[in-house]
Amino acid sequence: MHIPDGYLSPQTYVPLYGASFVFWAIALKKMKRELSAKYIPYLAMAAAFSFLIQMFNIPIPGGTTGHAVGAGIIAILLGPWTAVIAVSVVLIIQAIVFGDGGITAIGANCFNMAVVMPFVSYWVFKLVKGNATAGFRLHAASFLSGYIGLSISAIVTAIEFGIQPLIAMSPDGRPLYAPYPLSVAVPAMALEHLLLFGVIEGMITAMLLKYFLKHEPESVYAVRGVLSAGVEV
Amino acid sequence: MTTFHKKLWIGLIIMALLSPIGILLPEKFNAGDAWGEWGTDTLEKLLGYVPEGLKKLTDLWKAPIADYNLGSESSPFIIRVLSYVVSGILGIAIVGGVIYLISRLLIKTRGKEHRA
Repeated sequence: MHIPDGYLSPQTYVPLYGASFVFWAIALKKMKRELSAKYIPYLAMAAAFSFLIQMFNIPIPGGTTGHAVGAGIIAILLGPWTAVIAVSVVLIIQAIVFGDGGITAIGANCFNMAVVMPFVSYWVFKLVKGNATAGFRLHAASFLSGYIGLSISAIVTAIEFGIQPLIAMSPDGRPLYAPYPLSVAVPAMALEHLLLFGVIEGMITAMLLKYFLKHEPESVYAVRGVLSAGVEV
Repeated sequence: MTTFHKKLWIGLIIMALLSPIGILLPEKFNAGDAWGEWGTDTLEKLLGYVPEGLKKLTDLWKAPIADYNLGSESSPFIIRVLSYVVSGILGIAIVGGVIYLISRLLIKTRGKEHRA
């Protein structure tokens, strides 16, 4: 889901830089007001986790690969605004140091995986969880949070790919950037995430939340509602 | 560092050591790039051409450890596996370090405002 350089037209990547910038500014402001020093190790570990989980490429036999992102579990554990910064740092380092995702596409990739995903995941979790504090409802909420969060993030990415042929064509009618139309990009990316990668993201989200609730329940933002002196949403 | 923190850090290091699964499995199941992340060679094969605008931007940036690989595409598999583990450990260090600096900076500047 890391869009490389060249796949997005400037008409797409510039506005997406703008969108991500707005979210970075708000997130940093909230963290500046409310982050407690006690949570810095968790924040660093959350980002490290997101970096590592993205290294586990999952194959579709004979086809493409994909991976979990971890933005859902981070949003549940530390709050969606904190997840924006944690996952953005990961994506920016991946682009600059490891060439994973383009430099021009940093805004787009951060918007898709570090803005859309944590917020969708967080809302799904809150919505499905309701007042449940344990049991099936809670596990369903955390699974769906990761599953739907990653899938929506993939669909948003596919839309960015798919609108490229509408935006920019060469005089001979060939697309200038990402070549496949919406009718190809959206089903391809939606299906692989709905059928495989999203399921794995959901399972990871559910397992990790279970682990944290068992060992350090007071650290879980989405259950407690505040980040220590907390980043309130 | 609490015992719980220590456990989590150990978990992250284990993840980095196991990370080559992320290149072994795709190799084993003959799976290629992620959708929409093809290089220009693959695009040429898929489409019969490389889109003009894409061609101009594709090599914009030369990443120091491109594709999490310290060798080249033709390096033996073991080099790719070791590079992957090193990248994972480096990733933990860089990402963790940047987050730590940002957090410290946020808390420090807040302190100044409060005193003012």
